[in-house]
Amino acid sequence: MSAHAKPPRETGREYDDIPGTFVFDGRRSRQGYALNKFCMSLNTPANRELLRADEAAYLDRFALTPEQREAVVKRDWLKMLELGGNIYYTYKLAAFDGMTFQQLASQQTGVTEEAYVQMMLGGGRPIEGNRSRSTSQPSAARNQQGAARG
Amino acid sequence: MAEIIAGVGTSHIPAVGAAIDKGRTQDPYWAPYFAKVEPVRQWMAEVKPDVCIVVYNDHANAFSLEIIPTFALGLAAEFPVADEGYGPRPVPTVFGHPDLAWHLAESLILDEFDLTLVNEMTVDHGLTVPLSVMFGEPDEWPCPIIPLCVNVVQYPPPTGNRCWRLGQAIRRAVESYPGAERVIIVGTGGMSHQLHGERAGLINTEFDGAFLDDLVSDPEKVAAISHVEYLREAGSEGIELVMWLVMRGALSRDVEQVYRATHVPTSNTHNGLLVLSEGAAR
Repeated sequence: MSAHAKPPRETGREYDDIPGTFVFDGRRSRQGYALNKFCMSLNTPANRELLRADEAAYLDRFALTPEQREAVVKRDWLKMLELGGNIYYTYKLAAFDGMTFQQLASQQTGVTEEAYVQMMLGGGRPIEGNRSRSTSQPSAARNQQGAARG
Repeated sequence: MAEIIAGVGTSHIPAVGAAIDKGRTQDPYWAPYFAKVEPVRQWMAEVKPDVCIVVYNDHANAFSLEIIPTFALGLAAEFPVADEGYGPRPVPTVFGHPDLAWHLAESLILDEFDLTLVNEMTVDHGLTVPLSVMFGEPDEWPCPIIPLCVNVVQYPPPTGNRCWRLGQAIRRAVESYPGAERVIIVGTGGMSHQLHGERAGLINTEFDGAFLDDLVSDPEKVAAISHVEYLREAGSEGIELVMWLVMRGALSRDVEQVYRATHVPTSNTHNGLLVLSEGAAR
């Protein structure tokens, strides 16, 4: 599994300048293989029981890097994505914790659930200012901009 | 010969399934969307297809990162509903159409589309939510379903152009089937949405509106949309829209737009509905 977890060779991609976005390409898939495999295991009810009974022992079964393991233990959802987690996989852990997708999204974007829900009711995060890093504003300002539309 | 009589486009948002399963469709949040769904259900009940081919993506359920088929065709007689991490949706088992599915497999592979063939798989919300959208809450789904899974989770998904051409090949395959089945093809996913990262919640109704306009009247223009443009403009998860091109490719150049509606927000997503018919002549 160490071959998967090894940091991949960095080569710039055209989509790397999209702000606040981790395109799940081969670089991230390799980095996050064990992390996503752990999340995938939660599709099985017996595994969910094992995780609930003893999280540390259950995590020992997977070849997570120390950083990935810490992100899981702390439920640092954004960090998990940075370390190769894929949202459809990490959501399984969030659902295990009883979270909705909007709760997960609000935690990733660093706003309250209420602020996130209001942003969506107002039409969502606008595309203006969010196309590329070179033209975007800091994330907090972007979130406010989105929330303001609600 | 069998024939494709219509195409349907719909998002496959899990929250829509949850709203149906928990009896919340008339809640203030949900009622406006489900009012927009009603004409689709009425049209479906009138048209009564013999088979639906549903183009969708699996979300880490039947497939994982162990094996990632770009296109996977379900050949089974039945497909159990997946446990996605929180128990399966309480919806009927999905029954397949092995005879037509095997015909599609043979025809498409000889037509140079190298599908993965699947004899056993579960189906997740990507397939069951569109069934709920189109058919409501019946005790059994009203017709057999052929699942066609497209990888859009691991980048890169197939190009829009590849999906468009696969749709054209599906039409050829259906029309060479020695049966009288009237087939509807369903493209699912999208529209604009981003579920992950600090840009989560992105909605781009302008992009989606142009996508729908062009999908109907100038589909080659849509087939040329690059992956980077989807990622940037429709949100990273909005790239699922390539699956609507499989549906459109299976239809004639000139189609009748029977119905179109969108709704924002549905959870994190701009929710789209589109019904395209081959028309009364068929």
